[in-house]
Amino acid sequence: MKVVVNGNPRALPEGATVADVVRVVTSVARGVAVAVNGEVVPRAGWAGAALRDGDQVEVLTAAQGG
Amino acid sequence: MLKIGGVELRSRLILGTGGASNLDILERAVKESGSELVTVSLRRVDAAATMNGGLLDMLDRCGVRVLPNTAGCYTAREAVKVAHLAREAFETPWVKLEVIGDERTLLPDGVELLRAAEELVADGFQVLPYTTDDPILARRLADAGCAGVMPAGSPIGSGLGVANPHHIQLIRQSVDLPVILDAGIGTASDAALAMELGCDAVMVASAITRAADPVSMAAAIRHAIEAGRLASRAGRIPRRFHALASTPDEGRPHL
Repeated sequence: MKVVVNGNPRALPEGATVADVVRVVTSVARGVAVAVNGEVVPRAGWAGAALRDGDQVEVLTAAQGG
Repeated sequence: MLKIGGVELRSRLILGTGGASNLDILERAVKESGSELVTVSLRRVDAAATMNGGLLDMLDRCGVRVLPNTAGCYTAREAVKVAHLAREAFETPWVKLEVIGDERTLLPDGVELLRAAEELVADGFQVLPYTTDDPILARRLADAGCAGVMPAGSPIGSGLGVANPHHIQLIRQSVDLPVILDAGIGTASDAALAMELGCDAVMVASAITRAADPVSMAAAIRHAIEAGRLASRAGRIPRRFHALASTPDEGRPHL
């Protein structure tokens, strides 16, 4: 299945979850938040949130800002 | 002591982390500033890693509280989403709410800001809105249940200081909440003036992070905020059109 993670297309195995995507794109889970198709996925739900073909995933963390 | 959302802060300087050339200088500036509340933004992990991998760890070492912002949002809808994501990421209900109206001035869009503030207050956030220097909008934000208001002195990063001191004083009088002068500070005297006008705190990013020597500027602004606060409480003399001699005329020698 194909999803878009932080604007980049990625191929993932069927049944991949939000937790799997987070592990792929960052080594730290602390200070990270995820939205799928614009909706916030709470951390406690990452492992159970299966992704579907075409999903838009945003994996976000702290950056410098005023 | 400054109290925001039930939390007491000894320092009246809120530091923004944007604009620092590297994390090491930023860490030294944070420590020198004495700030206990430091803003961060929320960005894609890949972009954040190239900018500042380890920012949160560094802020932990400094022992400061993180204040997430919604920088870059142009609509209430977007800002509310970012606030929710920030609450997930940083486990804090505090948010510096920014809803920008235009790219050139980066001034707030008051209509979208109020809408977002109302929604986030209802969702249980402690909302600190970056607002204009309009006293009426500040009051509307206070009525909406915000934890404080953050009026702009002048546009973000402009270094133009407090463009409308009278309005900042009016905001101070019109809301019974912490007033935090935000944006436009260029140097220490601007921060002192904001405090003399009655502000409870000053938020500074660029004036420190983009100074030639950010660590020294952090110290200068820390002292300026303390000086301005003292001066504000000490009660300045009224302005007069003509002179008022400070030396008595009585006993003047006739030569």
